[in-house]
Amino acid sequence: MKVIETIDLNIYYKEVHALKNVTMSMNKNSITALMGPSGCGKSTYLRTLNRMNDLIEGCKITGQVLIEGEDAYAKGVRVDELRKKVGMVFQKPNPFPMSIFENVAYGLRVNGIRDKKFINNQVEKALYQSALFDEVKDSLKKSAMDLSGGQQQRLCIARALVIEPSVVLMDEPTSALDPISSAKIEELMFSLKKNYTIVIVTHNIQQAARISDNTAFFYIGELIEYGSTKEIFTNPKHERTQNYITGRFG
Amino acid sequence: MITLNNSGKKKRLKQNIIFWVFRLLSFSVVAALFVILAFIFIKGIGVISWDFITEAPTEGMTNGGIYPAIIGTLCLVAGSMIFAFPVGVLAGIYNNEYATYKPLKNFIRIMTNNLAGIPSIVFGLFGMALFVNQLHFGDSIIAGSLTLGLLVLPVVIRTTEESLAAVDNTFRHASLALGATKWQTTRRVVFPIAFPNVLTGMILSIGRVSGETAPILFTVAAYFLPKLPSGIFDQVMALPYHLYVLATSGTDIETARPIAYGTALVLIAIVLIINILANVLRNYFGKKFKVK
Repeated sequence: MKVIETIDLNIYYKEVHALKNVTMSMNKNSITALMGPSGCGKSTYLRTLNRMNDLIEGCKITGQVLIEGEDAYAKGVRVDELRKKVGMVFQKPNPFPMSIFENVAYGLRVNGIRDKKFINNQVEKALYQSALFDEVKDSLKKSAMDLSGGQQQRLCIARALVIEPSVVLMDEPTSALDPISSAKIEELMFSLKKNYTIVIVTHNIQQAARISDNTAFFYIGELIEYGSTKEIFTNPKHERTQNYITGRFG
Repeated sequence: MITLNNSGKKKRLKQNIIFWVFRLLSFSVVAALFVILAFIFIKGIGVISWDFITEAPTEGMTNGGIYPAIIGTLCLVAGSMIFAFPVGVLAGIYNNEYATYKPLKNFIRIMTNNLAGIPSIVFGLFGMALFVNQLHFGDSIIAGSLTLGLLVLPVVIRTTEESLAAVDNTFRHASLALGATKWQTTRRVVFPIAFPNVLTGMILSIGRVSGETAPILFTVAAYFLPKLPSGIFDQVMALPYHLYVLATSGTDIETARPIAYGTALVLIAIVLIINILANVLRNYFGKKFKVK
């Protein structure tokens, strides 16, 4: 089942044509890796899916973005409702300067949930899902700022999961982390696949190969190639893709 | 190979000279403060007593205490903050978080700076024209507080804006990505992080408000009023104006001289105490919302 679909998607930052006619779709409970050299448009694409690009002045978009079949950019769509369906994890771990518990509970509170018992349950579940619960269960009241970088990033994942989105976008989630923390996050993504559809932007080609079901290769705003990860890495159709994954340019 | 020895020595000498100039200059600032404080303290401590801070002036202000002026100044500080703090903070939030149209934003910013550049006596005249006469508040705590509030409004607005601008955008994005609205993001995440620095603006304004004479001259300050105000439409004495009166136009300036220094000492002490309290508050929130 297609959870995400973009049709003839074009994005302009003022005069710059950042994304050109991108048509692609992602299936439910899959991990899709977006890779390509810096400035290729992969992050731009990701940020279109939860409309974070709205925050950038002079950003214009044409074409369609369908999330669970609904046009994300249609008139009358409430951005905050869309973002409840499409969660996001950022490149740099960015927990709020609050307690661990409050960080995770935040998504529930801003969406008007007051039921304490429900909040407790959801927070615990999200921390459990993000493989952080055992490490923090005795220090939920402590500041999230005291956690290590890797723990902070898993907390950010828990924070995104607590409102039960159907899609989780990850923008280079391990690029600021050490290898061990990165490995933990990758492991985590595997387990999250059961319940969520994951789209991850990565600079790390091996990471894309390791974790994703499908891989998209972007180059200067164009979607060069998109297919199953196995196919892309063993038998790329385009020379550029081949050059990129073999490290001839990047 | 070129010889570096000589130029290296010269470089170090230069560095040392510059360093000492900077050091001396920054010490001289501290020294100036200590000289002023010591001067006021030595001259004023003689008249300080429990009665001095709890009694009204007597005998043509050449004897007795300054209790009404202390209360008056505290009223004015509180009144002006009640007005300036919410208005200034909300204006700062609007300008940094909401205003998106750049020319409007710049216009507001320039006007705020201009407001800060207006001499305080002009605020006094304006306060008299608007609050005292036009709005018929008369010489009163409310007229004085509003005038003082206007005076420090730019300080509060600017520090609020700057504190908000210093908050990393990643926090805003994280919150918005969770489906929070802009207001929720501002109220729950951005403002708490900025709050300790916003308090700095309040501390600065309190110092300013408690020491200003010109704006209260025509709007609230009483020459001699040995009783406490019963409401916001009453006149009060205030420490800076009382000091001015004692030093320039009292009934017997020479006899009142020690009282003038005592008044100055009390004024400085009050500002210091309020600053310390505000700093404690700032540190508390600074720890609570510390960003690493």
